Amino acid sequence: MSTPEIERLVDLLAKLPGLGPRSARRAALHLIKRPGQIMQPLADALSGVVAAIRTCTACGNIDSVDPCRICDDIERDRGVICVIEDVADLWALERTASYGGLYHVLGGTLSALDGVGPDDLRIGKLLDRARSEAVIEVILATNATVAGQTTAHYITERLADSNVKISRLAHGVPVGGELDYLDDGTLTAALKSRREV
Amino acid sequence: MEWRDEGFVLAARPHGEGAAVVQILTREHGRHAGLVHGGASRSKRATVEPGNLVDAVWRARLTEHLGRFTIEPSRHTAAQIMDDPARLAALSAACAVTETVIPEREPHPGLFDATAALFAALTHGDQEIWPAVYIQWEMGLLAELGFGLDLQACAATGMTTELVYVSPKTGRAVSREAGAPYAERMLALPRFLQPDGRGHGATAEDFTAGLRLTGHFLARHAFDPLDRPLPPARTRLESLVSRKLDTAKDGDEKDTPVS
Repeated sequence: MSTPEIERLVDLLAKLPGLGPRSARRAALHLIKRPGQIMQPLADALSGVVAAIRTCTACGNIDSVDPCRICDDIERDRGVICVIEDVADLWALERTASYGGLYHVLGGTLSALDGVGPDDLRIGKLLDRARSEAVIEVILATNATVAGQTTAHYITERLADSNVKISRLAHGVPVGGELDYLDDGTLTAALKSRREV
Repeated sequence: MEWRDEGFVLAARPHGEGAAVVQILTREHGRHAGLVHGGASRSKRATVEPGNLVDAVWRARLTEHLGRFTIEPSRHTAAQIMDDPARLAALSAACAVTETVIPEREPHPGLFDATAALFAALTHGDQEIWPAVYIQWEMGLLAELGFGLDLQACAATGMTTELVYVSPKTGRAVSREAGAPYAERMLALPRFLQPDGRGHGATAEDFTAGLRLTGHFLARHAFDPLDRPLPPARTRLESLVSRKLDTAKDGDEKDTPVS
């Protein structure tokens, strides 16, 4: 027999990705049994994030300051903007520690199915940034999906009249990938993007 | 209930955390939906990209159920044309139009074969061939829905030459002479659709005229009755080709290919 407070906690936990009602109940019980070790720090962390989190008005990144730390970092190359679909992609690129420019988070892709048009994404802001004098290259790092590449082509077209170099991420064989196990689409893309050695 | 068929993926919508409701155009079972477990997951998402040819097994307890698909990829169409904006836009437009106007679970083997030919042209066709195939495909779709265009002879005079217009009301060809007084209201008949132009490829100008022609009748016969506009993907294809044509005209380039 649980209390309304615990039921509410279970209901909210069940909304998290990867958790259903049963696993949410297990998680709630786990928290309740360790109030000092996990539950209170978790509650504090959640309150802290809710109070501090901001969306960067320049690039769309999530941070506790606006402009975000990446946009504010004078060490970064301000001449290059990497265009990505989501903040998760920014985190993935930052993990590589191989990119030193700025980012622009679109907030999704053009999608006929979901009725997402250019005005629903942060494309206008990107065009403004790309036309600023400091920018010399825009890297399109949208996903290798029909929606992702359609969005990339749309941005390329809109940037055609600017004097900015436009590049995109390579498509092809992943590190550790065996040709025998790759799908024909990836292999075709890899062959098309082959380069002289 | 269980069947197995080949089909082209038209759309995949995420359902729950990892599943997707996938629409497939099959040869024997028409446009058919089903749930694909893990269809939105990293490992399977590439399989359910629009345009891909898949081997699908559909299972359900009752025929009226949504059912579940088990799918294996046969050909990754989209991956081969990702770099070409116009071909990719045409692929998206074909999938979006088919998904909207073809009734579910109604076999259209002719449309399936035409779609296979279109996707083959998109992936391997020359730059002047695939736009012509695309327009022929939309004309075939209109015919499949019962609204085929009659482009064999002039509706007014019966002439079979100099057919340069199509009546926006009847969908029948009109000769240059008979259509001249109404030229502003007529739709242009692109060269590759004229009786003496068969086999000709399509330039950006021809493709634009073709898209306006089929777009008019698709909107009128297929989308207006559904109280829906043409899909954004179809509109995007038309505006992309129009812009390319305008750019070519500014640069005074004649017979510009589409891609």
